[in-house]
Amino acid sequence: MIETASAIIGTVEAKEANTESVIGPDPVSITLRVNGVARILQVEPRMTLAEALRGSLGLTGTKIACNRGACSACTVWLDDVTVCSCMMLAIEVGARNVTTIEGLAVGDKLHPVQTAFVEHDALQCGFCTPGMVMSCAALLEHQSDPTADDVNAAISGHICRCGTYPHVVAATLAAAKARKA
Amino acid sequence: MAADATTRTETFPSGIVSVALGEVVRQVPVDEPSPLPPNALLAVIGKPVPRQNGRAKVTGATTFTVDVTLPGMLHGRILRAPLPHAVVRSIDSSAAARHPGVCAIMPIVSPGDSATATVRYVGAPVAAVAAVSVAAAEEALRLVRVDYDSLPFVVDLDKACEPTAPAVYDSASAPMGHASGFPAAPGLPLHGNVRGPATDVRGDPTQGFAQSDVVVEGEFRTQVQTHCCLEPHAIVADWRADGLTVYMSTQFTAGVRHELAETFGLPLNSVRVIVDGMGGGFGSKSSLGNYGRIAVALSRQARAPVRLVLDRKEEQMDSGNRPGTWQHLKIGAKRDGSLAAISLTSYGTAGVALGAGIGNVAQSMYACPNFEAAQHDVFINAGPGCAMRAPGNTPGAWAIEQAIDEIAERLSIDPLALRDRIDLSPVRREERRIGAERIGWQRRHGPGTDSGPIRRGLGVAQSLWGANVQINCACEVRVMRDGSVEVRSSVQDIGTGIGTVLAQVVAEVFGLRVDQIAVRIGDTEFPAGPPSHGSRTTASITPAARTAACQVLQLLLREAALALNAAPGNLIAREGRILVRDDPSRGMSFIDATARLRTDRISAVASRGDDYSDFRRRMGDAAMAQQDLGGVQFAAVAVDTETGIVRVERVVAVQDCGRPMNPLLIESQVQGGVLMGVSYALFEERILDQHTGRMVNPNLEQYKLAGSFETPAIDVILLENYQGQSATDAYGIGEPASIATAPAIANAVYNAIGVRVRSLPMTPAAILTALGKVPLRKSRT
Repeated sequence: MIETASAIIGTVEAKEANTESVIGPDPVSITLRVNGVARILQVEPRMTLAEALRGSLGLTGTKIACNRGACSACTVWLDDVTVCSCMMLAIEVGARNVTTIEGLAVGDKLHPVQTAFVEHDALQCGFCTPGMVMSCAALLEHQSDPTADDVNAAISGHICRCGTYPHVVAATLAAAKARKA
Repeated sequence: MAADATTRTETFPSGIVSVALGEVVRQVPVDEPSPLPPNALLAVIGKPVPRQNGRAKVTGATTFTVDVTLPGMLHGRILRAPLPHAVVRSIDSSAAARHPGVCAIMPIVSPGDSATATVRYVGAPVAAVAAVSVAAAEEALRLVRVDYDSLPFVVDLDKACEPTAPAVYDSASAPMGHASGFPAAPGLPLHGNVRGPATDVRGDPTQGFAQSDVVVEGEFRTQVQTHCCLEPHAIVADWRADGLTVYMSTQFTAGVRHELAETFGLPLNSVRVIVDGMGGGFGSKSSLGNYGRIAVALSRQARAPVRLVLDRKEEQMDSGNRPGTWQHLKIGAKRDGSLAAISLTSYGTAGVALGAGIGNVAQSMYACPNFEAAQHDVFINAGPGCAMRAPGNTPGAWAIEQAIDEIAERLSIDPLALRDRIDLSPVRREERRIGAERIGWQRRHGPGTDSGPIRRGLGVAQSLWGANVQINCACEVRVMRDGSVEVRSSVQDIGTGIGTVLAQVVAEVFGLRVDQIAVRIGDTEFPAGPPSHGSRTTASITPAARTAACQVLQLLLREAALALNAAPGNLIAREGRILVRDDPSRGMSFIDATARLRTDRISAVASRGDDYSDFRRRMGDAAMAQQDLGGVQFAAVAVDTETGIVRVERVVAVQDCGRPMNPLLIESQVQGGVLMGVSYALFEERILDQHTGRMVNPNLEQYKLAGSFETPAIDVILLENYQGQSATDAYGIGEPASIATAPAIANAVYNAIGVRVRSLPMTPAAILTALGKVPLRKSRT
């Protein structure tokens, strides 16, 4: 079961995650590599990655807004792939590195996308913002010189009720330029 | 008027800057600050300052209510009715109470008594639990056994109006007034499910129509729209013997505190409401709400803090919505375009609540001597509506702005030229001029004259919104001996960046940088600020902040005057220094001045004074300014006549908010308002199943919202419009930015395809139906 679920995003570490054929409903111990640090935590098998991050690990920057993969507010990186953390179980993560919004800046130095979001006012209420930032930063990892349409595609799964899309696009394009400079 | 001891005479900048900047002389109360010069002469106000809490938001550091965790905190969940209309016969929660994780359980309805045990919509609260985890709470809810006696129900607006329709209420149980959070006239008759009409008559409409050269008439519909705040409605209630502390995702900390005190019989000084990050409200988080009362009651019962967060389905079913409407509008005009009569009938539904009126656009936007309106609220078995971004006027503008375009076409007058003739507002006149130039109005072709499968069109529509002010609104400014400055108010930042604007106001007074001002807001321990609804936040709190800052500055200048051997009145604060006005070579740094303070701080609390030429109207803690906030929006669309897909390519939004305080933040808000309008125009619709009363799209994927690819290019143009009415002369923008968008798109669609679409949303099916390519679709509510 675990292997099948993990295969959705391409890498299988189920053996490392757990070798028992049946686990739960009681909590099991897992190790999550989050923002470069290995964290040991107890999770019920039904707990999503988003819940584990926000609850057990106290990383509340990752937001849950729809809890079914429709709004992308909970976007984190699994290695270098963006995922909706509400759509996978914590026990599925295995050895992959999780990067959350708290892990994007290096010390006090913001990621260029974060800096550009502030300068271009690419946020209003800020609830969708961590997810938006993670997707836009991921875009720049894969594509150093994106077009506006590339940015629109990168955030096409995100919902922002405040309507920040125009400023998100402007900010991300500016961040790409700033990184190259 | 001669000055007396309580007032003085001042000269204020006045007028629309792009037209002519003049002056106006007013008597102002002596404790009001001196007139604020136009933005061009200011250092910080009116500049595009990035928001002060931006860094916290982009790093995930902001604490939203859903992120608040207290020691020993429990999790609340609500059991909700699965039936649209039923009497609860019994609730057996004994098995749930035995669940090991449950700490409190309580019924919300009282079984057996038809007066108090009736649930009237799917999703109505029935019982609630607090448990050690969300999962445990949900397990416990599944153990609660509820016996229902099902009753006949109706969830369709048209069917609910029929005399034989199942009655949602009887005369004893029907809500009478402000039940939904949006005003509805009290004392109106109820016939079946139809309440009203609320009437409004001016002149003699019958005679007006008789004298008209052309009459247009049409039926218009608007759908139910849901707020879809990204942060769900959320509260953490912490009931203790020495007082109640509530963390809440709210648009009105001070109002919620008042409601809590009244609801739970507590003195105001033992209730505290706190919000830091606030993930969107759009009208739906203005009051305590049933979930708020439930969480506090659970905390009291469990003797522990309780966090209650609605899930997305609950958000869609029971956190408010914009009422749906049916409107019949008839307008008569003379050959020269002048309006002779307007007649308006509306039936709207806010579900089980009131407040489905359609505002005052038809009454007030255009000069017309004869007017009549009859507005009705219709009850259906659906979740209660509430205020949503520009309530009333948004569905109202949908009809009137299309009908005005129809008049223009019948008279062969350009829609802008007609509006120039019948709209007396100098603000909108200038906005039309600016917007027409920006969108390239002169290239607009005749209706339906574009060719090919994809047809383009241009349209325009206008908006009207009251300039609202909260009178019960105060702010404290403190200067510490080390030169640090802070501004304190219970006002909450719902995403508009009001904290940053307050910092700008205070920085301008002290001649400091914005980042030197600490902003402490969103906590009722500070002076009570305004609500963040009704587009009144900036208008209400910025004058109070400037007044308080000026009062503190006077105290500081008194100290500095002694050191500089100058009169306090001859000192100014600029660029981090206190300077002698007529000899700027003499001065001292701001910090040197504050170091001379006798005590560790100086402070002043100021409240919002009245507008200098008084308000037009006062309603309790709120008031309405003399002027209205006008907006004009232009839309460019491309309609695919084979798929029916409407693409909005560009919107030009020309808006008035008095003095623009921070154009960067205002641009964000206007873009958001336009986008919400685009989404309303094309995508959004709450769909209820006629057979079960359930919402079939209670999520964020089948409830369609505009996303990045549906976002047009949005040009935001702000008037700089001075009235000389307050210490900042600033007014609101959030709601005015959203009203005109949908009718502007509809008028553009008509211009593109030559067929008028009168129902929202303008889905591909609706467009193809209008083009006669598919059969008529049955309307839904």
